[in-house]
Formats: sequence, C-alpha cells, structure tokens
Amino acid sequence: MLLNEIIREKGKTPDKLLSVLIEYQKTKNRNYLTNEDLKEVAQKMGLPESRVYSVATFYSLLSTKPRGKYVIQLCRDVPCYVNGAFDVREELETALQITMGETTKDGLFSLEYASCLGCCEQAPVIRIDQKVYGNLNRKKLAEIISDYRRL
Amino acid sequence: MNRIEKKLLTKRFGIIDPMSIEDYLSLGGYAALQKALKTTPHAVVEEIKASGLRGRGGAAFPVGQKMEAVQKAKSGVKYIICNADEGEPGNFKDRYLMENDPHQIIEGMAISAYAVGAAKGYVFIRGEYSRSVYVMDNAIKAAKEKGFLGKNILGSGMDFDIEIYTGAGSYVCGEEFALMLCIEGNPARSTFKPPFPTAEGLYGKPTQINNVESFANLPHVIQDGAQEFAKIGTKHSKGTKLVSLCGNVREKGLYEVPFGVRLWEIIEELGRGVQGSIRMVQVGGASGPVLPPNMLGIKLDYKDFADNGMSLGSGAVIVIDTANEVLDIVRNTLEFFRHESCGKCTPCREGIVHLLIILDRFMLGEAEKKDLELLKTLIQAIEDTSICGLGQAAPTALKTAMRYFPEVFAAGIKKRSAKAI
Repeated sequence: MLLNEIIREKGKTPDKLLSVLIEYQKTKNRNYLTNEDLKEVAQKMGLPESRVYSVATFYSLLSTKPRGKYVIQLCRDVPCYVNGAFDVREELETALQITMGETTKDGLFSLEYASCLGCCEQAPVIRIDQKVYGNLNRKKLAEIISDYRRL
Repeated sequence: MNRIEKKLLTKRFGIIDPMSIEDYLSLGGYAALQKALKTTPHAVVEEIKASGLRGRGGAAFPVGQKMEAVQKAKSGVKYIICNADEGEPGNFKDRYLMENDPHQIIEGMAISAYAVGAAKGYVFIRGEYSRSVYVMDNAIKAAKEKGFLGKNILGSGMDFDIEIYTGAGSYVCGEEFALMLCIEGNPARSTFKPPFPTAEGLYGKPTQINNVESFANLPHVIQDGAQEFAKIGTKHSKGTKLVSLCGNVREKGLYEVPFGVRLWEIIEELGRGVQGSIRMVQVGGASGPVLPPNMLGIKLDYKDFADNGMSLGSGAVIVIDTANEVLDIVRNTLEFFRHESCGKCTPCREGIVHLLIILDRFMLGEAEKKDLELLKTLIQAIEDTSICGLGQAAPTALKTAMRYFPEVFAAGIKKRSAKAI
C-alpha cells in the first residue's frame, strides 16, 4: 500500500527507481530493504529484479541489511581525520558499546563510516537522520546521543 | 573584507535570504537572463567564450567551448545538467552556493538553456545534502512562479524546466557519465569517452554538464560583459575561485579570491595559519596533489599548476600540520578511493588495493628498494588505463608524496635491503 503511494507520487519510469527506493526505505523502522521489498519494487515498476537489486546494493544510503533506527555516519576523510575523527569514533563506540558497522542491541543506533559529508569547515562531523553535527567534542557527542535516546 | 578576497559569486551571501526570490531580484537578480534573451543564443556563447571562463569542477574545460559544441549538435532534445554531487573530500563550496544564493545557479542554467537550446535541466545534488535540496527546491518553485522557468520564459518563446535529482551516496556519481547513468536509474559505473556528453550525454542526447560554480559564474559574465569579467584573475585563469579552506588552519571556511593569489596567502591571511607547523597541503581534495611547505608560493592559476605537473582541481585547500605523518595522510586518501571505486575496471578496483599493500610495507619499515619502482609502475598503469577520472586521479596524492617527500619513503625501506643495493 505504502509502496503504491510512493510510486504514484514519484513515477514509474526507471529514472525514479533510486528515489522510490530511498523513500521506501524511509518507511522501514530498521532502515533497510529486504529481498522481498526489492522484488515488490521490481514488479510494481515493471523493472527486472536484477536491476533493482544492483541499484539497491550500489549506493551507500541504501541498505539490504538491518540497521538501527538512527544511522550515525562518521566521516573519516583527511579534513576530519586531521581534526580528530578517530577520537570521535572512540567516543561513539564507547558510548554505544558497539564497533563501527554494528547496531546496538535495542536496534536504536548503527555506526557507519561515510565519505566526506561536505562540511569540512566544521570537522570532525557526523550525520544522523539528515542532520549534520560538527565541531564535535566529548561533551557535545554525549548530548547528541542522549537527545536521540530520548526521542 | 580581507586584502586578497574578491567577492563576486559570494557577494550576496548573508545579505539576502536564500529562501526569498524577492531578495535576489532586489539586487539585480535575473537581469542577466533578461539581457541574454534580448540577444541571440550564438551571441551568448560568444560572450562566454570571450570571458575565458573555465569549468570549476576540476577538469577546467573552457565553458564556452562546451556550450558551443552542444549548441551546434543537431538534436531536437538537449539537456542541461548542473553537477552538485560535491563529494571530493575537503570541498564544500557547492553546498555554500546552493544554500546561500540558489537563484544565481538557476539563472546560470537558464542562460545556458537559451544558448544551447535545451528545454530540460537537472540539478544533481548528492543525497547527503538535505538542506541544499530543500533550498534549491524552494528556489526552483519560486522561479517558476515568477516566469523565469517554465513555458515561454519572459515572453521569449523559450521553454525550460529544472528538476532536482538526488543521489544516494556514491562519490563516483560526480564523474559526468556515472552521474548520467545514475539519473537514468542505474548503478553509477562510468564508461569510455568519447563520445563526450556534448555529443551523446543523458539518454544519448547532447548535454551541457557543468559544476555548480561554473553555472553561478554565467550571470556575472553576461551582466558585466566578458571584458569586465576577464579583468579579474590572471592571463590564463579568468575570474574568481571559491576556496574551501580546511584541515588544521585556525579559520576554516569558504573564501572567494581572484585567480593568481598564492597558496600561502590563502593559508596565512585568510586561514590565519596553523597552530604548530605545516607538514603539507593537499590541493583540490582527495584527488589532488600534496605539496610541501616550500612550494606554497605557487599561484592559484591553471598554468602555474600545470607548469608544476599538477592540476588545480576544484579548489579545496586542506592544510595538514606536523602532528600528522605524510604516509598516514596518503594511506587515508587511498582508502577513500578503495572504498569509492565502483569496481567496474580492474586497474582502479585491484590497483588501489595493491598500492595500499605496498604502502603498508613502507609504513612498517619492511619495504624493499624495488618496492619504489613497483609503486611507480603501478601508479602509471592505474593513471593510464582506468576508465574514468576517479581511477585516474586515485594515485595522485601518493605520486606527489613520492616526488616531494622521498625521505619518508626511504625511511620505510628495510635496512638490510638498502645496504644490499
């Protein structure tokens, strides 16, 4: 039902495939699309399953494996790296009791690396749920995490 | 304003509300489009050519020449694409342009559309730039309401519409063919050139694809005239350049300077230097060269960079202090490319992995002397045989590090092996 609405709004042509997948993923609590979801998209858009799968597995904002409700993306490229990105990683891993690439047991947070988020003037930065947080330090990180826990 | 700054593209930043088209109009917005519509498409292209404006995305191809090719291409359907897939580490200029003065970009695209005869345009914005998508979407809607986009623009008989296309996390989408494949609903795996996009671009149709900053320059060229525009900058590089200044400098941020300014002026006068000492500076982003402190007298100028065997890239200046080691930075850069390689062609997919394996031997102090030759051969092969710019540029940091910091590599060679040779 939901997918039908998304396709009706976005359109059915192949150029809308990526935005349909992104919107569909947004409706999922665990931030990913199952093989069944992808088959459903293929069928409703009249595209081969292989094409839908290849697009869904190519782009890093899409996932075919379960993730947390909030995906925390950490940039580790040079501008963030020289401004302490790995200290941020340590803080995050300690605070959430998981390592990069994992999801917390309660399904609330995932930790991922992201390629440059284009906010190098605020390095080091993380991005959660479309929002970028920069000029991070220990206190700021703790506040951000506890804010999301309370949501 | 600082002595070396020159505000052209950023002159309205902070003065206008980016969500208000009235603000843009009150400061002369869309006057360049109206001026262009009163002349012929041919005259517009000639004006851009005369300005000497070159593409700001990194390849520095003359914008007017590209427009002329699309204009002359025989096709009933043509496209304009604004490449806003800014993902080069160290760059944030396109985000600032979109979020602070969106109409300047839209006006530039509309001028292009008139010149080349395109009725449809796309702004391809990376998926991570949620705010940019929001501001640009609002601006496009407002421009349509006011008749600067849509059917019969300002009564000229010209139709032009812009659609936003959002990426989904892939650096290689910034490469023009990969970007167009993405719009067509495919994984972004680039392809061989030629044909170039000007002949066979989006859906096989002639396409003018340019960077955000390139389009943002067009209203100024048309409004001020090519002659006036070409007064800014140097003999070989006309206009201003947006510089994303970051890394370990005190005052990180976006600055606009005329071409010809020296790197140390940008770092010391605008960035107010670093706290300790500078180890090196990476120019243009991950795909750019790394320079030692004694080379910072180099000018921000296409020719000055070319004379030194490098390219200027998209204008990022990443300053790295002595708390960081050369090989760590090179390794970080190569890791980035390893992750972002689309995997289509072997030199890029496998070559970068092997560069990392060999580099690790230097970092552990276990390299053999022949590993230096091995690195050079492999770098050459990756540069020569990768399909797209991503692969071709991936070894640049390593290559320039070997050129300017040979002592660091020498220190990574096993003592016994060094003696034996």
